[in-house]
Amino acid sequence: MKKRTLAVILALVMILSLAACGGKTNTPAAAEHPRKAAGELIAGIAQDLDESLNPYQMVSAGEKEILTNVYEGLYKVAPSGDYIPAVAESYTVSEDGTVYTFKLRDGVKFHNGNTVTVQDVLDSFATCKELTVDSSLPSVLDGIEVKAEGNDIIITLPAANNDFLAYAALVYIIPSGSAEECKTNPVGTGPFKFVSRSVQENIVFEKFADYWGEPAKLNKVTCKIYEDNTAMITALNAGAIDMACHLTLDQIAGLGDQYNVLEGTMNLVQALYLNNARAPFDNVKVRQAMCMAIDVDELLSITADGHGTKLYTSIYPAFTKYFDESLAKLYPYDPEGAKALLAEAGYPDGFKTTITVPSNYTPHVNAGQVMVQQLGRVGIEAELVEVEWNTWVTDVYKGRNFDTTVCGFDASTLTANALLSRWVTGASKNMISFSDPEYDELIAKATAETDDAVRTDLYKQAAAILAKDAANVYTQDLAEFTVLNKALSGYNFYPLYRIDFSTIAFN
Amino acid sequence: MKYNIRKLCTLIVTVFIVSFLAFAAFQLIGDPITHMLGTEATPEAEEALRESLGFNRPLLVRYFEWLVNFLKGDFGVSYSYNLPVHDMVVPKLGVTVTLTFFAFILTVLISIPLGVFQVRRENSAFDRIMTIINQIVMSIPPFFIGILLTCIFGLVLKLFTPGLYVSFAESPAGFFAYLFLPALSIAIPRIAQVVKMLRSNVLQQMTSEYVLTAYSRGMNRRQVLQKHALRNAMIPVATFLAVSLAEMLAASIIIEQIFSIPGIGRLLLASIGNRDVPVVLAIVVILALWVILVNFAADILYQFIDPRIKNE
Repeated sequence: MKKRTLAVILALVMILSLAACGGKTNTPAAAEHPRKAAGELIAGIAQDLDESLNPYQMVSAGEKEILTNVYEGLYKVAPSGDYIPAVAESYTVSEDGTVYTFKLRDGVKFHNGNTVTVQDVLDSFATCKELTVDSSLPSVLDGIEVKAEGNDIIITLPAANNDFLAYAALVYIIPSGSAEECKTNPVGTGPFKFVSRSVQENIVFEKFADYWGEPAKLNKVTCKIYEDNTAMITALNAGAIDMACHLTLDQIAGLGDQYNVLEGTMNLVQALYLNNARAPFDNVKVRQAMCMAIDVDELLSITADGHGTKLYTSIYPAFTKYFDESLAKLYPYDPEGAKALLAEAGYPDGFKTTITVPSNYTPHVNAGQVMVQQLGRVGIEAELVEVEWNTWVTDVYKGRNFDTTVCGFDASTLTANALLSRWVTGASKNMISFSDPEYDELIAKATAETDDAVRTDLYKQAAAILAKDAANVYTQDLAEFTVLNKALSGYNFYPLYRIDFSTIAFN
Repeated sequence: MKYNIRKLCTLIVTVFIVSFLAFAAFQLIGDPITHMLGTEATPEAEEALRESLGFNRPLLVRYFEWLVNFLKGDFGVSYSYNLPVHDMVVPKLGVTVTLTFFAFILTVLISIPLGVFQVRRENSAFDRIMTIINQIVMSIPPFFIGILLTCIFGLVLKLFTPGLYVSFAESPAGFFAYLFLPALSIAIPRIAQVVKMLRSNVLQQMTSEYVLTAYSRGMNRRQVLQKHALRNAMIPVATFLAVSLAEMLAASIIIEQIFSIPGIGRLLLASIGNRDVPVVLAIVVILALWVILVNFAADILYQFIDPRIKNE
């Protein structure tokens, strides 16, 4: 009997000791970072790049921000928001604004070793026009004439378009005829080149030694995919990954002290978007009342400990050129005033409605929950309905079958048009069916205007109309956090989706 | 024999009915066009892509085309990744199957000795405590145990680095070491079930007539247990274990999420979200085949170890 007991106990001990052999033991950050010598960074990303890797077919922001390390256009975005030369060395514009001449930079190499020629640029423009999934590009690229003269690329537009540089920057330069290959094996001119990927596991990039500009400081970057939030934080704490972006406040709360936390903004416009085509939201008084019913300060403090930047129209605060702080005075928090307006509009006892949110975006879900409470205070009984992302896109965004929804709109290019042209009457992307003839007129005038100061003023006026008409209940540009292991530094925030690995280095 | 072959044929047909149902389900939840082109695509671009991928054809036509290709071994190309489905699914299947078998082996190795040990100590303090522990552990879902083990071994004892999945190619030893805790999470509730089952079966056997005969022939309790009761009690346990193999694959799918293991579970969930039909169908068929074959094997096993069944 005793022998048997001993045998069983020994067996159990043996099994437990197997667990001890598994995995590496954790040493505190006092020792040198294990990957410093190799110059290797492991970053955690929340979603796999499960789409075509072809630059003109990139759909999600997550993919664009990673692949902009591999692909470059004639010009590219700098952290300040300005466009700086990339594959092109410089450009000039004709007096009337219709002819752009880009001077191709000498000696730019592709990741496959070939030198970039003007033919590659011409073919890139042609391929982009054919394949692009960004619906703002075809209208810009249609009717332009792209030709080469020596080392110059001359682009003639049918009419002056002051935002053209921003759109041209989206035409990433790839080798002629490589569109099909780029779907699974990207080839570009950027500081990092694509090495390999393992579906749902990781994507590996390597430093491109022949980069035309300042070479990357790291030798290798591996992006590991962690779809589960808890798993990402556990991996960060265990030192399995060194960096993660787009984290929320509660995620960083669980983080140890071997990380620096950097705060940035998401560069989007979060709001309770109201279906202007559906009663009672077709009544401007109801919309105004809802603006007065939502206390954005309280919302920020509950959902994000006060982090986040308030906004009042469809322009995010980082876009300083167009952001107008004075719009805050229009509809300050005033529940009594809201109730009075509702009564005026014919709803003295409030009304029932639904708030549809995409369930995968926790910040929007959380904001929705707070709003349900706040709207309840003025008699509006709102029900929060969570739906899956694709369902949200089909039903709410495209089908426009909703009462209200909480989501965030970003800009595909750093232009006022990208944020404002959406809301013109009858526009295909006008999810809320907003309609104001004065607004339409202002947008049309601004697009055609060549003088920058006049343009800016026209756009600001249009944005002010969105605020005055209370098209939506505007809330905030969300704060987001990037964490970087203390052994590393050099991360810069961009006003557009871009995670730039080339400036990050070990200390 | 004829019975077995007929059964096998029915089961294969079941697999294809399942695949058809999965195919038809996508008709309801939508196509991958939005995922491929994004929210900003024009309706014309969407329609053009829909046409070129053949989504406008009738359901049955598309299903039969898929079926014919599938039987030829061509699983199609993923809409999301543009990679052949076969190349995507097979390595991940290897990982999930390894995890499942690892859990299975752990279950068998731990539960049977533990069960026998408990039976020998019937009515002792150990027996009573084990019964209570079994009852509790049996009902804890594997994913919760997974989270608990991650906390204890990963964050408190620091014996295990969560998230640092090591692929087989990188290091076989590291691979199995990393899979140990996930396999254990799946195994623990199952172990509790098997131990309970074993215990009650054996004790039931001990009250049957042949045992009385054995005692009267001079066998002591220990010998009766070992030579007769245990073997007879094992019959339902063996088939239970065989059927568990099917359930363990399902449990692996959930555990994969917690331990960030790149298996077919995660791929399946992501592909459903992306409406990536070829990948989903390939995985659904594989899962259905697995369940059916495991059950079939359990059936045959049962026929072998219980001679009474064969003669019926």
